[in-house]
Amino acid sequence: MALALPRRHARTAGAKTGTDLHRRRETRFAWLLILPTILGVGLFTAVPIVGSFVLSLFNYSIISPTKWVGLANYSALLHDSNAQHAFVVTIILTVGIAIAQVVVGLALAVAVQRRTGWARSLYRAAFFVPLLVSGASVSIVMSYIFDSQFGVLNYYLGLIGLPQVSWLDSTWGAIFTVMIVVTWQQLGFTFIVFSAALGAVPRELTEAARVDGAGGWRVFRKITLPMISPSILFTVTVGVINQLQLFDQPYVLTHGGPGNATQTVVLDIYEQAFQNLRFGYASAISVILFIVVLVATFLQFRISRRWVFYS
Amino acid sequence: MSDQPAFAVTTGMRRRAAGQAAAAQPERRLGGVQVRRTAGRVVEIILLTAVALLVVSPIYWTIVTSLRTPAQSFSNPPAWIPTHPLWSNYSAVFSNVPFWDFLLNSFLITGCIVIGQMITCCLSGYAFARLRFRGREPIFWAVLATMMVPIQATIIPVFLLVKEFGLFNSRTGLILPVVATAFGTFLMRQYFLQMPKELGEAATVDGANQWQVFYRIYARLAGPPLATLGVLAFAAYWNEFFRPLIFLSTPTKFTLPLGLVTLQGYLGTGSVSVVLAGVVLSLIPTLIVFLFAQRRLVEGLTFGSVKG
Repeated sequence: MALALPRRHARTAGAKTGTDLHRRRETRFAWLLILPTILGVGLFTAVPIVGSFVLSLFNYSIISPTKWVGLANYSALLHDSNAQHAFVVTIILTVGIAIAQVVVGLALAVAVQRRTGWARSLYRAAFFVPLLVSGASVSIVMSYIFDSQFGVLNYYLGLIGLPQVSWLDSTWGAIFTVMIVVTWQQLGFTFIVFSAALGAVPRELTEAARVDGAGGWRVFRKITLPMISPSILFTVTVGVINQLQLFDQPYVLTHGGPGNATQTVVLDIYEQAFQNLRFGYASAISVILFIVVLVATFLQFRISRRWVFYS
Repeated sequence: MSDQPAFAVTTGMRRRAAGQAAAAQPERRLGGVQVRRTAGRVVEIILLTAVALLVVSPIYWTIVTSLRTPAQSFSNPPAWIPTHPLWSNYSAVFSNVPFWDFLLNSFLITGCIVIGQMITCCLSGYAFARLRFRGREPIFWAVLATMMVPIQATIIPVFLLVKEFGLFNSRTGLILPVVATAFGTFLMRQYFLQMPKELGEAATVDGANQWQVFYRIYARLAGPPLATLGVLAFAAYWNEFFRPLIFLSTPTKFTLPLGLVTLQGYLGTGSVSVVLAGVVLSLIPTLIVFLFAQRRLVEGLTFGSVKG
């Protein structure tokens, strides 16, 4: 660095116009390179998010004339118990799945971390594989497995003497089924992230604590957990953003039912927009969803200052 | 080495302290603790294995049930070991729905998106990392901010745009909106930032122009992050359901996930095994990618978790 600096100064002093030309060329080249991304992201994300907001102020459907309604779509939302229910259901599902994913993923990552060699690779593959299956395929498979009458799950529950559960036909049964299915499917994500984080915890720290007489649980609570807390924040944030947009599983597995028990916000948006053709109203719901995602993410980072440890 | 005498001293000390060693390492003498610890480990392994089997069981169930006769496919207990595998379920998938079309569409759409993202993100990631131009930082942060926007919050305007361009019910309509992404740009930028500046400077001194510096030097080194980006995009778009459901209406243009749901609706609960055969078929390409690019996929999924 010390050597490079004077040389660069010499060049600038020597050929001012040359540098200007060079800089202009670099700018032009840079713009050429970022143009596809700017166009793509701008046209298909930046413009549409503004578009969603603008659309939400209109009564817009493809079949009838467009009409300015101001905030009427939003005030209609206040009286739409179906949409409010969708937000409540989505938040219940999101919180449930986020907790389950972190707890189960972390427990499994810790247990697998202690294994070695081929056993570890085998366990890893086992917990990772569901992540590769599409949400649609998983939901198809699970709709058979969780079937209350003919499903494999209830068959084995009955075999070991447990009561039959009406998984897909009752309100809480359906909610739990969606939670279980999504957690099962995305377990690989939290598992892999925690495995990587656990691998990065310096062994000297945990060993030193053990030498000082701390038990396994205390070492985990006082050392391992703080050390991997950034990855917990990461998985929770990503998980919450994903689950607030939950669609595939409730759409295929439960069709939002029974009744509207598992009708998530995005399912509601889909129905309002693409079945009822109420694009303006659906846009209003999607704007609210966007705000919920932003607030949830912001809150998590705010709260995380109290518990996330950065070395 | 110089610490050989020190080693001798410690061994000597160890021998001298042999009497106290038992007290220093209680596990060795107190057999009970040792046994309890081993028992604990065995229980842990059994539990872990049980959970692993439980996690894999739905996939295994899918495979074995896809080989039963349609009439048997919904009877319990499931045939965990296929004694009379019925492969005709797999050909039934193709005769019931245009499955070849689904496969081809999935490959075409996912392939174009993957290649497209690798190109656009490599270009922009390089520009944001290595080139100096006015407004670089604000533009980069503006691009990055779009990562916060969930796809469902923009789906209606995007749908209307796609329709406006005459791309509704076309594969292009699915590809075009996601050919450039903020995430990919961010990922590539981070990798280009890690590459040594001197490489480009040396090439410039040797008379290489800007394109050559990028294409001949940095792009050649970007293989691993590009593979990561490609594998991630593949996993995401191969399994995508929401956008195809909205953007496509003709079954011959459907992708696999959408096609499978159609197949399920078409066959009902009458022949579960045929539907499951379709599920297994759609899984094969992802499993192959996973086998060959497991490390890249893991790297991509944990990307961002490091910084928290």
